[in-house]
Amino acid sequence: MLVVDHLTTKYGALTALRDVSLQINQGELVALVGPNGAGKTTLLSSIVGLLKPASGSVTFNGTNTTGNDPASLVAQGLALVPERRRIFKDLTVKENLMLASVTQPKNLRVNRLNEMAALFPILRSKWDVSAGYLSGGQAQQLAVARALMSDPKVLLLDEQCLGLAPTMVDVIFDLLVALKSQGRTVLVIEQQAQRVLGIADRGYVLRTGSIVAEGTGAELLADGQLFASYVGGHQ
Amino acid sequence: MQLIQNLIDGLGVGSTYALLAIGVSMLFGVMHLVNFAHGELLTIAAYTMYFLRDRNVSWIIVIPVAIVAAIALSVAVEFVAFRRVRNASAFTLLLTSFAVEILSHSIWRIWQGSKQKTFQAPEIAFTTFTVGGLTIEWWDVISIGVAIVAFSITGWVLQKTLFGISLRAAAEDFDAARLMGVKANRVISSAFAFAGLLAGVAATLFLLRRGSADPRMGADPLLKAVIAAIIGGLGSLKGAVIGGLALGVVEVFTRSLLPSGIEGLTDAFVFVIIAALFVIRPQGLFNVQSAERV
Repeated sequence: MLVVDHLTTKYGALTALRDVSLQINQGELVALVGPNGAGKTTLLSSIVGLLKPASGSVTFNGTNTTGNDPASLVAQGLALVPERRRIFKDLTVKENLMLASVTQPKNLRVNRLNEMAALFPILRSKWDVSAGYLSGGQAQQLAVARALMSDPKVLLLDEQCLGLAPTMVDVIFDLLVALKSQGRTVLVIEQQAQRVLGIADRGYVLRTGSIVAEGTGAELLADGQLFASYVGGHQ
Repeated sequence: MQLIQNLIDGLGVGSTYALLAIGVSMLFGVMHLVNFAHGELLTIAAYTMYFLRDRNVSWIIVIPVAIVAAIALSVAVEFVAFRRVRNASAFTLLLTSFAVEILSHSIWRIWQGSKQKTFQAPEIAFTTFTVGGLTIEWWDVISIGVAIVAFSITGWVLQKTLFGISLRAAAEDFDAARLMGVKANRVISSAFAFAGLLAGVAATLFLLRRGSADPRMGADPLLKAVIAAIIGGLGSLKGAVIGGLALGVVEVFTRSLLPSGIEGLTDAFVFVIIAALFVIRPQGLFNVQSAERV
């Protein structure tokens, strides 16, 4: 469904991603783990078109989408929940969600809004509140709900548990499990490597811009040396 | 009595500044661009009025055509000049806006010459009426009324429509807006069109009283609009309205208070007052937390 083939991305002279290849099949929950600075966020940014790769390709649903505009990729069914959420703090909760329905047909927008209200009841109670006043956990739910508004075929989640209280981390992991059980295709970046690989179908380990290991969640978890070498203290 | 008279005059003048300032502030919000070419929308509206009135076309047709000309030029400038440098530095954007302004002046000068082209302003622009000893110009009342309608429509568009929500989101975090499916070209082009519409309305209020066109005529109102936007807090649309109206009122009051013979120094005195305001409140009247650029 989503194929990244020999992707290289540079920031000026600095190569942030080097010859990265990965594949996500329909209905899979795939985890991408690795230490800080490995290039995980750069990879997601390259997939969704925020960064233009120097070489290689991204194929989504059989179409070469390398370097395409992020807005057109959302319309095709690829949604990203970015790192640090990046919700619009000056907009209300409802406006944040309405904005994310921009790629949906007009007659479906209210339906999508109602679906999110049912899925995230806490957001429904804050409908007309500026998103800047939400707690960290509520803002996180809004970020995920916003991505789901476009009814994506593939959902990309970047470090959603960063800075959250342990109880909210549990909520996010429950949500990942729920998304998986709904048959959604998900690529998730997470620092809590052991926990995310425990629920993932497959995983990739990224280090200094290159994929250094891949396998099922169970296989990667079983390789203790791999964790010690590449993922470090995030087991 | 004189106080109320000046206040009405000031709000009439300030309405034009405020309408232009909203456009300046809106474009700054989405692009971090202080668009010094924005005043050229007045110039094209002025020459459109001149060309059409010279052929005795009715004002009922002239006014909408002049507004459409301002919208069309605004969208064209974005497409031809700013789209190419959208990801460049703020300094490059600023230089580009100056280049467009100078190019516009040169084109009009070569085509129409430097001299003013006059056209007969409609009678209502100079008609007055008296209320309780106050002599009020109808055009001030119309200007204030039109501006109130324009501000209300702008507020409604920004708060209630998906375009308005997209614009506010883009001003806060443009990349995040693109990740939600907001198309950069569409939202920026629409912002330029909306700013052009408001400039067209401002041009109508300004020109029907002025009754003339010349190549550099947009520069002075634009400077006032930029100052009004900065007074209000660049990027704040509410601030732009208040800044524009305040600037108009201060300008009229200053002119009326200056001794005869030095009224020509009105702008200099107004700028000193504004400089004093910025010493006290450098961020302008309203704090703008987020003004991201593309």
